[in-house]
Amino acid sequence: MDATITFKVNGAEKTVATDPERPLLDVLREDLGLTGTKYGCGQGQCGACTVLIDGAPARTCTLPVRRAAGKSVTTIEGVAAGGALHPVQEAFIAEGGIQCGFCTPAMVLTTIALLAKNPNPTDAEIIAGLDGTICRCCNHVKIVNAVRRAAREMKP
Amino acid sequence: MTRAAELDTTGDRTRSGTAAAVSRRTFVKALGAGLLITVTSDIARAAGGRERGGALTTRLHIAEDGAITLMTGKIEMGQGARAEISQAAAEELRVPFERVRLIMGDTELCPDDGVTAGSRTTPSTIPTVRTACATAREVLVDLAAKKLGVDRAGLAVKDGAIAHAATNRTVTYGDLAKAGEVVKAFADNVPGNVALTPVKEWKVMGASAPRPNLRDLATGAHLFPSDITRPGMLRGKVLRPPSYGARLVAIDLTKAQALDGVTVVRDGDFVGCAAPTRFRAEQALELLAESARWEPAPHVSSSELFSHLRERAQGRRGRSDGRREAEVAEALARAHTKLDAEFHVAYVQHAPMETRAAVAEWTDGKLTVWTGSQAPFGVRSEVARAFGLPAERVRIIIPDMGCGYGGKHTGEASIEAARLARAAGRPVALQWTRREEFTWAYFRPAALIDIRAGLDDKGRLAAWDFTNINSGAAAIATPYDIPAARTEYVSCDAPLRQGSYRTLAATANNFARECFMDELAAAASADPLAFRLGCLSNGRIRDVLELAATRFGWGVRAKNKEPGVGVGLACGTEKGSVVAACAEIEVDRAARAIKVRRVTEVFECGAIQNPANLLSQVQSCIVMGLGAALTEEIRFENGRMLTASFADYRVPRFKDVPPLDIVLHNRPDLDSVGGGETPIIAIAPAIANAVFDATGVRVRAMPIRPPA
Repeated sequence: MDATITFKVNGAEKTVATDPERPLLDVLREDLGLTGTKYGCGQGQCGACTVLIDGAPARTCTLPVRRAAGKSVTTIEGVAAGGALHPVQEAFIAEGGIQCGFCTPAMVLTTIALLAKNPNPTDAEIIAGLDGTICRCCNHVKIVNAVRRAAREMKP
Repeated sequence: MTRAAELDTTGDRTRSGTAAAVSRRTFVKALGAGLLITVTSDIARAAGGRERGGALTTRLHIAEDGAITLMTGKIEMGQGARAEISQAAAEELRVPFERVRLIMGDTELCPDDGVTAGSRTTPSTIPTVRTACATAREVLVDLAAKKLGVDRAGLAVKDGAIAHAATNRTVTYGDLAKAGEVVKAFADNVPGNVALTPVKEWKVMGASAPRPNLRDLATGAHLFPSDITRPGMLRGKVLRPPSYGARLVAIDLTKAQALDGVTVVRDGDFVGCAAPTRFRAEQALELLAESARWEPAPHVSSSELFSHLRERAQGRRGRSDGRREAEVAEALARAHTKLDAEFHVAYVQHAPMETRAAVAEWTDGKLTVWTGSQAPFGVRSEVARAFGLPAERVRIIIPDMGCGYGGKHTGEASIEAARLARAAGRPVALQWTRREEFTWAYFRPAALIDIRAGLDDKGRLAAWDFTNINSGAAAIATPYDIPAARTEYVSCDAPLRQGSYRTLAATANNFARECFMDELAAAASADPLAFRLGCLSNGRIRDVLELAATRFGWGVRAKNKEPGVGVGLACGTEKGSVVAACAEIEVDRAARAIKVRRVTEVFECGAIQNPANLLSQVQSCIVMGLGAALTEEIRFENGRMLTASFADYRVPRFKDVPPLDIVLHNRPDLDSVGGGETPIIAIAPAIANAVFDATGVRVRAMPIRPPA
């Protein structure tokens, strides 16, 4: 009952033979070795498993891998292009937006998607954009600072 | 032979297996190429008594290229130990921060610095590390003097190089590491009797050094315990009872065993499985669960929790204070005004983003476990006991992990993974689900607190009687000057598994005390700030309280009466640090909602070692404290957890965070103490007191429910 599923991951085409009902999260972590995407709740409630699918944030813990077929998936491993950090990653480092770091991949990807849609977010828009992703270290203040900085830095 | 350079990264990179597989002997051999400094610690320890290296422990290594590696049994979970311990070593070794690499939480390579808890890293481990590194520096200077044939008094150390100005010659640490006799000279030295760098001369400490592995965290390259993979590794699952106390009566393993690649293990009540993928293991687990028959056990529900705690309170816990009791009873009898109240604090949970996880691997009767725990050596003992192994046949490695907050002192996942790995004959990774974490991990104990107090005819606090049932004695002593006071902690037959949590029972005790102080102030017709200052001779608490009140504009705001809006304050002390908070809140009685409009908090923990990291910790404590103050409550019924998801158990999210005005009150004249816990204890009572100010209704429970 395995299926062959092809999708793009960080720009490269990947084909996996697997049970199509397996969560995309498991396939990323177990089959493709991309462990930057985290298991936080398995119920789509904490956001730790967020990746970008065709540029939009998606929860992978509840998403069957078959639904990624033909799509383009960006994980945290695909964000720093050629070794140079993405401005959002730079901003999280500069502002101390990282405590334990477990939610960081999700926060960074969510921020990238947020700023792509809205390059000049207000504080309220930043807060609304990140509200679905839990930082249990309660580092919210510095994460918001990081998003503000990233928006500033990314202005043309 | 493994090169020392490869060992530097053991703490956070294990996928290659090169560093991880190295045995202690290989490691010592590897280090033998450079300097080997054995250190023992004679630093006095206030708590636990386990934070010591041991006589022959290696603490520090300097490679021939000058690379410095420091070993510590402390672990990193986001609290900043990796940065602060690196700073301490760099300061005393007179090298830039970036030159120091840490190996943390590996029981085979690191000295036992005790559990990473109780805010002990700053007052205990950092002095231990500083003493070791300062001693090492002095020994290096001696060796340089010998090598250069000069008096050591003419030598100066800077950037890892020892210079003789008179002859314009320099020897680096790396140069010394190449000399053969150095190893012995260092092995013969133990730390002690060396002056530590005074605060006013700090160059690396006192600055906001960043966590060294931030880049790996930002790119997803860092491997957390749940990210570790080993060759041939399987994924494990454990069958849990459907309710607390249920016993397994019967189970049919055959269907699960028939699944391709699945190993099923049954050992008494323990049933688990391992499979090539997590998904397959979960399918096997479902088949096991379908066939299992359980005998349930009666279990109290959270709706009856506080009457249960009162019934099950187990009397005095040790020391008798009969004389004090009589004194307080007498003072209460004499009091002009008497008040009493009962406070309730619900069970809460740490809810770490990274749930319990472990990878276990058996090789030739030796067990290696990568896991997330605050107690690597404690877990080693636990695991060794579980399998009847001597401790030296168990190696625990703690990669920098996702969250702790006091919630990861135990080794359940390690033991489970090791049982499955032994049966499967292959390494097994196991990660608890969120539901498992919410149900089977331990909880911060619920508290039932009774307070009786009396005021004299001038409205002064004259008698105080405080009893905590079930949650603990942390910060139970009142910091206020009261002629007759007694406090007591009574343990209890508790319905849930209980354990430590950020600042232990200090949150519950300070909540009850500070709420009740406001009740007493009202009874004395006094302003809450003035009432406290009238009986507070502890100068450090006074300082932070007055500073917070001034910044917040207490005098004006407390008089401003806006409908539905209130202000409150609270202060306290624990683990050698002091804190005060003021809060302004808004109550929407129709919606039964509390909105926190702003918070001012002042925190002081002696000389600040890393301001940016301390600020993170204070912000975190306030926001985490808001969760337990307003929304977090573990509920259970008939042995089943009702709050086993983030949908049912609301932890603070971005929308819940008010503007925070934080002052880190630096006291370079005082010894540094930890700052990751105590800032949590003032926020809940400040909000509760603000709710009273807004509504006239007293708050005596956490989480705080707005009055209808």
